[in-house]
Amino acid sequence: MQQRIGVFVCHCGSNIAATVDVKKVVEMLALEPGVVHAEDYQYMCSEVGQAKIAEAIKEKQLTGVVVCSCSPRMHETTFRKCAERAGLNPYMVEIANIREQVSWIHKDMEEATQKAVILGRAAIAKVSLNTPLKAGESRVTKRALVIGGGIAGIQTALDIADAGYEVDIVEKTPSIGGRMSQLDKTFPTLDCSACILTPKMVEASANEKITLYTYSEVEKVSGFVGDFTVDIRKKARSVDMSKCTGCGVCQEKCPNKKAPSEFNRGLNTRSAIYTPFAQAIPNVPVIDREHCTKFLTGKCGVCSKVCQAGAIDYEQQDEIITEKYGAIVVATGFDIIKLDNYGEYAYDQSPDVITSLELERIMNAAGPTKGHLERMSDHKAPKNMVFIQCVGSRCSDGRGKSYCSKICCMYTAKHAMLIRDKYPDVNVTVFYIDVRTPGKNFDEFYRRAVEDYHVNYIKGQVGKVTPEADGSLTVHGVDLIDNKQIKMKADMVVLAAAIEPNPDIRKIATMLTASIDTNNFLTEAHAKLRPVESPTAGIFLSGVTQGPKDIPETVSQAGAAAVKAIGLLAKDKLLTNPCTAQADIMACNGCSTCANVCPYGAISYEDKEVRGPGIREVRRVAVVNSALCQGCGACTVACPSGAMDLQGFSNRQIIAEVDAICR
Amino acid sequence: MSIGANEEFRPKIVAFCCNWCSYAGADLAGSSRLAYPADVKIIRVPCSCRVNPMFILRAFERGADGVILCGCHPGDCHYSTGNFYARRRMTMLFSMLDYIGVENGRTRVEWVSAAEGAKFSATMNDFVAKVTSLGKNVRLGDLRCKN
Ligand SMILES: Cc1cc2nc3c(=O)[nH]c(=O)nc-3n(C[C@H](O)[C@H](O)[C@H](O)COP(=O)(O)OP(=O)(O)OC[C@H]3O[C@@H](n4cnc5c(N)ncnc54)[C@H](O)[C@@H]3O)c2cc1C
Ligand code: SF4
Ligand code: SF4
Ligand code: FES
Repeated sequence: MQQRIGVFVCHCGSNIAATVDVKKVVEMLALEPGVVHAEDYQYMCSEVGQAKIAEAIKEKQLTGVVVCSCSPRMHETTFRKCAERAGLNPYMVEIANIREQVSWIHKDMEEATQKAVILGRAAIAKVSLNTPLKAGESRVTKRALVIGGGIAGIQTALDIADAGYEVDIVEKTPSIGGRMSQLDKTFPTLDCSACILTPKMVEASANEKITLYTYSEVEKVSGFVGDFTVDIRKKARSVDMSKCTGCGVCQEKCPNKKAPSEFNRGLNTRSAIYTPFAQAIPNVPVIDREHCTKFLTGKCGVCSKVCQAGAIDYEQQDEIITEKYGAIVVATGFDIIKLDNYGEYAYDQSPDVITSLELERIMNAAGPTKGHLERMSDHKAPKNMVFIQCVGSRCSDGRGKSYCSKICCMYTAKHAMLIRDKYPDVNVTVFYIDVRTPGKNFDEFYRRAVEDYHVNYIKGQVGKVTPEADGSLTVHGVDLIDNKQIKMKADMVVLAAAIEPNPDIRKIATMLTASIDTNNFLTEAHAKLRPVESPTAGIFLSGVTQGPKDIPETVSQAGAAAVKAIGLLAKDKLLTNPCTAQADIMACNGCSTCANVCPYGAISYEDKEVRGPGIREVRRVAVVNSALCQGCGACTVACPSGAMDLQGFSNRQIIAEVDAICR
Repeated sequence: MSIGANEEFRPKIVAFCCNWCSYAGADLAGSSRLAYPADVKIIRVPCSCRVNPMFILRAFERGADGVILCGCHPGDCHYSTGNFYARRRMTMLFSMLDYIGVENGRTRVEWVSAAEGAKFSATMNDFVAKVTSLGKNVRLGDLRCKN
């Protein structure tokens, strides 16, 4: 067919036009074979710009459109929709990226213009070989999965349930609640964490639309947006959830109380059969088989004897539950970093050097010291406390994290203030690099610590903490403002350790084919405009799994993720990506190479009748399920017979681009 | 080749970039205004595993002086495993090309994430310098393709 291609060159205000001679680009591209229309405009993406494209499509009966503009990641969809409205198949549009790849990085106008022309030619060459494609349809399972039951996961689930959809929470530990359940009081209002969290936990467990899978993990994910199939491993609790009444006798009577308490960050121990904390939801204990005497030696069985409900079941096995979901929200949160690289702070040498999270447990009335501030070594009350901020955050030497953990300035101010309030005779010193407290009422909060509570803030770093023979600690630091070395005595040192995404996220991201950044935080579909969606369709991000956040931010983001998930669940059908692979059955010999490389199991083999010049036979050939194919193209290269090709990125199209560039 | 001639020489470079990481990395290099030579022209592919060795041979036949393939970091491919295939295929292709005279410096695989605008730019600067130092690629150039 005779091609009739229209070329539209955008100025992007002066973003492109200041460096690229757009008139010249129009003039040069108008000479390309098949081009019947070429024009430039200030803002092609604007309503007027789009109207120009639509008008040309109709008037000149264009068969293909090339827009020379910003990145296709920005406006490809915009221009495709515009073409579709004007009656052209949306996949007959190609973008030449002359902003990010040309005007923004080159200074010389002649050179930039020349490159813009070449990129335009490549797009024209490609669009000449485009074929109209039609997106297929797939169904949407009206159920969401939330991975992680911290405040982020709980909030997202509540919001989704509120909109009337079923939602399951998979939580790894025996209870939902996450880090927030470990906190004592929360900035900036200093309300008690449990008092605001527990009602939400109860609400989640009582909501009939929400199913909780605690002590469970996601094991396998297949499928795609709207239609995921997920295997959930419900680990054996050794307690029958339907029988347990949550009386707690078993935990009391369990003779083995030597297991380190994860919830109290190892500051004390717990029984082998346990719930992590008193308000745990569900209030059903689990047996930690690694520490249980019955499992280790075969003798004991006390819990089974004392349980009136007969709920203890030593024979219980892991259970795999398979469920279908339309949307998946990741809310796996964070942990603080291990301090192995920071030997100078003597964290491993002295029990009186603790992390801020440990301090939260010490200050908590339900914690290991019942809320009394005391040294873990000798249980004496401290007189001098030193806080060190940015331990492993904003690090440039590769030992820690490059980013700012964002919450530490605020919680350190909180800790300092709470201690000065309750124990006015304790001296509190904070070493900081910068104090960063943007946020509503945040700076006021920090200034209260300095002005009203007289916390001694020193701008500077600590080089070393040395445990002394008398049990005290010596802190060696520098004061950058007075430019002097400081040596001070402390009874306790608290480290504001950097936070990092829960290490499980690597495994989860791989299962979901969601991308993560170099710091293991999940990547957004667009850092500014689509902050709660993963680039992988149907996957949403909630809470610290996306980046450091405090509770108010976590809750807002969790709500936003819920809205996006609800938007998806509310649809009856989804359009699928039409850029899928297709086997040419004339060339295919059914060798099975392609199915081996397909990550989605999209390729199967069928006996088909093959008819062509001189051939008429039934033979085994590859068939691609276009609903499963995600269009990676692995099979097209693997195929030894050149039978497999990818629509929208076909061999001929890519070669045409290569040729245009090398011309 | 004399130094003077080398100064004149501007290489033709084709960069295949996967849509999810490296193309986004190139966009980030752009929005961060991190310059690299205009000799680099990018072709967007869904994944590094879409790049057929045939495309690279074609580029050299048509007079490209260097070809670089960029994808997500191993383990981060949007389709999970694509870049592992790409890496294996390119290792074989590049050693074969080297054997027939297209030096290793003219071909490269690099992992660039969507967050690594700086790495994208640095990689391209370095690659262009390397290819420029090797001069014109004459080995696979198909005379029939020249105008
Ligand atoms: C010392 C300290 C003090 C703080 N003080 C305050 C404060 O005063 N005010 C404030 O606003 N913020 C404070 N914060 C920040 C607050 O803790 C976080 O903003 C909040 O907990 C983030 O919630 P989340 O749900 O995203 O993550 P998390 O609370 O980490 O929850 C994630 C959940 O996912 C689960 N999970 C992880 N991996 C998996 C998996 N593979 N499968 C299933 N489940 C999984 C975890 O077990 C956990 O339950 C503080 C943080 C620290 C460290
Ligand atoms: S392009 Fe091929 S390998 Fe990739 S998902 Fe589709 S069928 Fe599978
Ligand atoms: S690899 Fe090619 S020839 Fe072999 S089955 Fe797949 S499409 Fe057919
Ligand atoms: S999507 Fe980037 S390498 Fe596969």
